[in-house]
Amino acid sequence: MTADIDSLERPSASPTFITISPGRRVKDLVARILVTGAFLLALVPLLWLLWTVVKRGFPAITSAAWWTHSLQGVLPEQFAGGVYHALYGTIVQALIAAVLAVPLGIMVAIHLVEYGLGRLARVTTFLVDVLSGVPSIVAALFVFSVWISTLGFQQSALAVSLALVLLMLPVVIRNTEEMLRLVPDELREASYALGVPKWKTIVRIVLPTALSGIISGVLLALARVMGETAPVLVLVGYSRSINFDVFQGNMASLPLLIYSELTNPLPAGQQRIWGAALTLIIVIGVVYVLAAVVNRFLARKRS
Amino acid sequence: MSKRIDVKDLDIFYGNFHAVDSVTMAVQPRSVTALIGPSGCGKSTLLRALNRMHEVIPGARVEGSVLLDGEDIYGSGISPVSVRRTIGMVFQRPNPFPTMSIKDNVVAGLRLQGVKGKKELDEIAERSLRGANLWDEVKDRLNRSGASLSGGQQQRLCIARAIAVRPDVLLMDEPCSALDPISTLAIEDLMSELKDHFTIVIVTHNMQQAARVSDQTAFFNLPGAGRPGRLIEMDDTAKIFSNPNQKATEDYISGRFG
Ligand SMILES: Nc1ncnc2c1ncn2[C@@H]1O[C@H](COP(=O)(O)OP(=O)(O)OP(=O)(O)O)[C@@H](O)[C@H]1O
Ligand SMILES: [Mg+2]
Repeated sequence: MTADIDSLERPSASPTFITISPGRRVKDLVARILVTGAFLLALVPLLWLLWTVVKRGFPAITSAAWWTHSLQGVLPEQFAGGVYHALYGTIVQALIAAVLAVPLGIMVAIHLVEYGLGRLARVTTFLVDVLSGVPSIVAALFVFSVWISTLGFQQSALAVSLALVLLMLPVVIRNTEEMLRLVPDELREASYALGVPKWKTIVRIVLPTALSGIISGVLLALARVMGETAPVLVLVGYSRSINFDVFQGNMASLPLLIYSELTNPLPAGQQRIWGAALTLIIVIGVVYVLAAVVNRFLARKRS
Repeated sequence: MSKRIDVKDLDIFYGNFHAVDSVTMAVQPRSVTALIGPSGCGKSTLLRALNRMHEVIPGARVEGSVLLDGEDIYGSGISPVSVRRTIGMVFQRPNPFPTMSIKDNVVAGLRLQGVKGKKELDEIAERSLRGANLWDEVKDRLNRSGASLSGGQQQRLCIARAIAVRPDVLLMDEPCSALDPISTLAIEDLMSELKDHFTIVIVTHNMQQAARVSDQTAFFNLPGAGRPGRLIEMDDTAKIFSNPNQKATEDYISGRFG
């Protein structure tokens, strides 16, 4: 026994503190340079892209009608009109997708974390994995074959939203699952021990505790699907004017507007493309900021 | 109201693992009963079986019966939720709800059970916090987060939360193990006040604490690794600590264990 413990002790001859050898200093320096260099390298394309889009898109988005008018009646060579109709389409399609995907995704996650033990949960987890690997064009074609070819509905913004639901679902489920697992079991047990039923514990204790993480995850998923291009190419026609009806008719969105203006070689078309790209980046940026604000707000409320 | 508990031939399992072997014991009303014994002998497991918190763990089950004033809490058709409303629990680590204020924490049980009425809840909050000897320390900051309190205060907050739902029995699993001597003393004092109203069962590793606060003491032991823990003897605390019947008990209490 004592022999074991003795062997754990440091040999008495070794010094207590060691000095940093020149070799280690060099290694440290090299590592620092590599890490910093990699960081800067990763920053280059990002800043370059942002700079290009801002520089070229700025004149468009600051033009008078950009945020308030559609392209109705605007000729290809005209510097006029705006993306009001496409902005509406992007936001509405994403919101409808969120309205469908968020409750569904949160409930699936609750099932997996709070109730899921059996085979159903394992199969669900596997399918969610599969779904998160599905490319957006495949999701779009799936909706096309089911919703439009088989069920006979028209192309519409709603069809786009359905494809976006498929893309949002795995993100929302995964994120919510992670956030729910972060809630300590002690809180659940504290609630049970007060004689609170399980469902109420989930609704009143577990979800509020995980809320900020769930919301920011949802917002990030929303931002991701806003730029999706494949579904709008496959599932809805482009329109140069505003269409408020999500159930029928063509509806523009920012990616679709960019795509359709690509066939316009005139300077006005070029300007619209850059302007729409910048607008899309701004919209997504706003959603990201919103996610951060919600997080900050809920964290503040807690202390 | 205070009720007696009769445990009869209770076997407790985690899946196939037999954790506690055939415990039969009686817990008197208006008294503090201490469960002592070496680590891993099944004290927490038994305590959690007394208010059906055990079955929250997947695969966990019990055999035998636990009678609360003659009524079997494991009887068929008995809802575990109603059992837990009657038999409250305080855990080893303080676990206030982080999203709630101090006051909301105290009345969380009632509110989640559907009690409304701000005035009534405020009254109960104050009464429970006074009952837990915490009122004077927090009365000026009832709307601050429960997590902003010290560990000892958080544990008393959890006690206030547990007594706010007016249980008949209060189970405490090492409630002082994370606390300093002064907070410990505060909670021990509290226990001797609370036993006028509740039946209290406490798990503790602190022999002095068991001797100070409890009226009855039950000693559990592990016959060997992988074997289920069992009740060695249960008697008046004074008897257990001065002149126990079993040699194992005496060895454990005097520190000659293992
Ligand atoms: N969730 C669990 N799943 C499986 N086995 C468990 C679980 N919790 C406890 N056990 C086992 O049950 C036995 C009794 O554990 P228990 O926690 O009741 O001991 P204890 O007497 O409270 O010990 P301590 O004094 O260290 O808290 C131990 O062998 C332990 O490994
Ligand atoms: Mg224990």
